[in-house]
Amino acid sequence: MTNLTLTPALALGDDALVLSHRLGEWAGNAPVLEEEVALANIALDLLGQARILLSLAGDEDELAYLREERQFRNLQLVEQPNGDFAHTIARQLYFSVYQQLLFDHLATGGTELAPLAAKAVKETSYHRDHAEQWTLRLGDGTDESHTRMQRGLDALWRFTGELFEPVDGLDAPWAALHDEWTTRITALLERATLTLPQGPQRGAWTAGGGRQGLHTEPFGRMLAEMQHLHRSHPGASW
Amino acid sequence: MTTIAPEEPALEAVFDATVAADERIEPRDWMPDAYRSTLVRQIAQHAHSEIIGMQPEANWITRAPSLRRKAILMAKVQDEAGHGLYLYSAAETLGTSRDELLDKLHTGRQKYSSIFNYPTLTWADVGAIGWLVDGAAITNQVPLCRCSYGPYARAMVRICKEESFHQRQGYELLMALSRGTEAQHAMAQDAVNRWWWPSLMMFGPPDDESAHSAQSMAWKIKRHSNDELRQRFVDICVPQAEALGLTLPDPDLTWNEERGHFDFGPIDWAEFWDVLKGNGPCNEQRISRRRRAHEDGAWVREAAAAHAAKHGKADR
Ligand SMILES: [Fe+2]
Ligand SMILES: [Fe+2]
Repeated sequence: MTNLTLTPALALGDDALVLSHRLGEWAGNAPVLEEEVALANIALDLLGQARILLSLAGDEDELAYLREERQFRNLQLVEQPNGDFAHTIARQLYFSVYQQLLFDHLATGGTELAPLAAKAVKETSYHRDHAEQWTLRLGDGTDESHTRMQRGLDALWRFTGELFEPVDGLDAPWAALHDEWTTRITALLERATLTLPQGPQRGAWTAGGGRQGLHTEPFGRMLAEMQHLHRSHPGASW
Repeated sequence: MTTIAPEEPALEAVFDATVAADERIEPRDWMPDAYRSTLVRQIAQHAHSEIIGMQPEANWITRAPSLRRKAILMAKVQDEAGHGLYLYSAAETLGTSRDELLDKLHTGRQKYSSIFNYPTLTWADVGAIGWLVDGAAITNQVPLCRCSYGPYARAMVRICKEESFHQRQGYELLMALSRGTEAQHAMAQDAVNRWWWPSLMMFGPPDDESAHSAQSMAWKIKRHSNDELRQRFVDICVPQAEALGLTLPDPDLTWNEERGHFDFGPIDWAEFWDVLKGNGPCNEQRISRRRRAHEDGAWVREAAAAHAAKHGKADR
């Protein structure tokens, strides 16, 4: 089994892998055909990132399919179920703003992650733009969409503190990134006639959270579905 | 043209001459009403097939057994959504909106290809769909790249390029299974057994029972008969199955030296008509899932429209 010390590649690879999987669940269910294409696009970009990152940490398929829940290092935010379209967009917004800030930083650094981060700049800004445009439309659309968007933002808020927990081995100005993230989200929500959620940004029991392998209930089911076929045929190649 | 109110016979002559010369009819050209409605029906059915066809394959995205396969499958399902978009746009050039067509799909007034009313029961079904269903679609669709209606022909050029990638990935997936473990090989054979006959039905009823064929051929919307295309498909598949190390579930399949084609056994047309009528294994599931996605998305589309109205720009 691959060495599971928390390497940055593993943490960021798991984020991309898990969020890609969640977005893949939308296939065939999107509210409009253009969004089938857009959500799949984002899912594919993330899966591409995941494959590069996990390959830095070990064998991509072993890591994706043969680890237990407690060995995954992704943020709890990305494993949250899709909910309605507004909930998905809220998750995308929180994550894509964070990812773009982090990758912009990594792209200019000298770590093993720099080439990937540099290559991903175009896609991360597309992901952020997609989430921002929908946040604006839903926030300032109809009463119903406004209510749903606000509900999504509120429900996921408590998973956002973890985004800026320092990751071992990853040198980043976490506090400054958090400030920048808050500034961006605040400005966007104001334009979208939405309110910045006020609750705590971290659930009381989560302690270190996803980065330490502590996940939420829906994650186990997600993994059961994702890993079942691969595990049913030990050693087979596909 | 200098005529202010041209007579229909003159316009019809121009239309006939354009078709006869193998040139393209474009959206602004005059065309007979029946030509227009035949095209709308065919393009709509094709578009609906693309989007309903996402369902059986999306069924396996979350269970794909390797990350490489998962990426390929996601990309394929995404392509099908893109095909739906091109085709609804082609139909729009004939004056029929996407909303109108979706409504007809959701209320059962327009159909989609019956093949998607069969279930994907194992991972190997993803391979069988790529190899056989996309393969049959290509055989059907390559001639449509020369269809007399310009926007449809051009959409088909783009679509066919992607369909051939779909066919190859399916073939390659089955090859990996066929050469894999015993269980994988059995899974591949079982999938091919289940998908072979429905794939042959994709070419439609035999020529003497096909309702729209003759007129479509005359208009060059269609270039080859159902039976001709079906034969072409069988001839392509037999050696491929052999290369895959899999068998096709037809004891009558034999090379006919005289005809220069493979003979094949009788198709169960009762099953075809039954599935078409709505009694296939997944008709109800596919259409209700489609309706639910559309209904669940109504508030999103309304929000986009409301936002666009407030801010005076196109919503997308
Ligand atoms: Fe297609
Ligand atoms: Fe296809």
